[in-house]
Amino acid sequence: MDVLRFYGDNSREALGLLSQHVVLVLASTLVAVAIGVPLGILLARRPRWRRPVLGFANVCQTIPSLALFGFLIPLPFIGGVGARTAIVALVVYALLPIVRNTYTGIVGVDPAVREAGRGMGMTDRELLVMVELPLAAGVILSGIRVATVIGVGVATIAAAVGAGGLGVYIFRGVAVVNDTLILAGALPAALLALGADGLLGLVERRFVWR
Amino acid sequence: MTAVLEVRRARYALPGRGKGEGGRVLVDDVSFSVRAGETLVLLGRSGSGKTTTLKLINRLLESTNGDILVAGRSTRGMEAHRLRRGIGYVIQDVGLFPHFTVEQNIGLVPRLEGWDAGRIADRARELLSLVGLDPARFAGRRPHELSGGQRQRVGVARALAADPPLLLLDEPFGALDPITRAELQREFRRLEERLGKAMVFVTHDVREGMLLGSRIGLMQDGHVVFLGTPAEFRESSHPECRAFLEAAA
Repeated sequence: MDVLRFYGDNSREALGLLSQHVVLVLASTLVAVAIGVPLGILLARRPRWRRPVLGFANVCQTIPSLALFGFLIPLPFIGGVGARTAIVALVVYALLPIVRNTYTGIVGVDPAVREAGRGMGMTDRELLVMVELPLAAGVILSGIRVATVIGVGVATIAAAVGAGGLGVYIFRGVAVVNDTLILAGALPAALLALGADGLLGLVERRFVWR
Repeated sequence: MTAVLEVRRARYALPGRGKGEGGRVLVDDVSFSVRAGETLVLLGRSGSGKTTTLKLINRLLESTNGDILVAGRSTRGMEAHRLRRGIGYVIQDVGLFPHFTVEQNIGLVPRLEGWDAGRIADRARELLSLVGLDPARFAGRRPHELSGGQRQRVGVARALAADPPLLLLDEPFGALDPITRAELQREFRRLEERLGKAMVFVTHDVREGMLLGSRIGLMQDGHVVFLGTPAEFRESSHPECRAFLEAAA
C-alpha cells in the first residue's frame, strides 16, 4: 500500500521512468532483431559458422550484466554514460535467443517442404521469404519473446550507467535501505515482463501451422 | 517426334572430400529418352541410383558427366530454377506447404511465373477436379486437414499447375496404405492417357512399374541394366529382372 501512496505522490517521475524503461527495451530488442534474424539466417546457410557464432553469443550471455555495463563505460562510440551504453548492453543480451531461435526455426523446416519448393523452381530468396521464414516465424517469435523478457529485467541495471528506467528506484531504495522504493521499481518491471511475455505469446500462437 | 527428355551417358559422383580423391559414383553411364505420352519407370532396389538419376534431370543434383536435354535443350546452360518451373516434381513425402491452403499450394508455380490471381484460381480448381477432389470442399483447406491420399492428389495437381511437358515422380504412392495406393495407381493410369505428358516414375514396386510404365528401366548399382516394355521385362533373363519378378510373384 505504501507503494501505491508513493506512486500517488510521485506519479510524474514514476511514469517518466517507466516510459524510459519501455523505450530502452523496445529500442534494444528492435536492434537485436535487425542484427539477430539475418545472422540466424546466415548460420542456417553456413552451418560451419554456427559453433563459433553461437559460442560467442553464449559467452556474452554469461557476462554479469553489471560488469558488462561497467566494461562499456570507457569505450568510445558505443560506451560512455547514458542510454546508448545501456542499449548496446541490452542488445548483447538479446542477441543469443534471437540468433539461436532463427537458426533453429529455419533448420527445422521439413526437408520435404524444402525439397518440393526447390524442385518446383523457387529461388533461394523465394524459398526463404515464402516458405522458410513463415514456417520458422513461431520459433523466431519465441526467441524474441525470451529476449524481451530478459531485456526488461536487465534494463533495471541500466540505471547504474545513468540511462534511467525503473532501476533508478531500485538503486535508490538499496542505497537508503527503503523497501517501498525498491518495490516501486521492481513491481512494475515484473509486470512489464509478464505483459510482454503474454502479448508476444499470443502473437506466437498465430504462427502454428499444424 | 523428338523426345521430351533425353539423358545421355549421365554420371554422378559424390563430391570427393580430400585432394584428388574422387567421391563414390552413384550413377554411371545412364542413357534413355522419354517421348510425350510415355511413362518411363525407373525400377530398382534402394541405393540403385534411381532417385539420384531423377534429381539429375531437374538439377537438384548436378551431373558430373554426360548431357541431359529437355525439349531438345541442354539443361546445363539454363538457370536451374527456370528449368525446374517447366518440370513437374512429385515426391513421396509430398512436401505441401503447411501454411498455404490447397489452392495456394497448387497455384505456387503459376504465382512464381506471375499469372494473375483469377487465372491461378481457375487453374487450381480445374486441377482439383482432375485429381478427383471437389474444389468447393478442398480449395480452402490446409494440408493438415487432408488424408495421406488427398495430400498426394494435391501434390500431383501442384506438379501439373503450369502444364509442364515433363513430370518427375519419386515414389509418389510409396507412403500410402495399400488400398489408397491401388486407388491412386488406377487414377494415375487414366491421367497418363488423358494428359499425354512425358513422365519419369521412380519406384521399387515391380507391380506398380508394370502397371504404370510404358517402358521400364531397371537400375542396379548406378547403371541401367535393362530397358524395355513391361512385356519384354517379363521375358528378360537378366538376373536382376528375374529377382524382381520372383519377389513379386
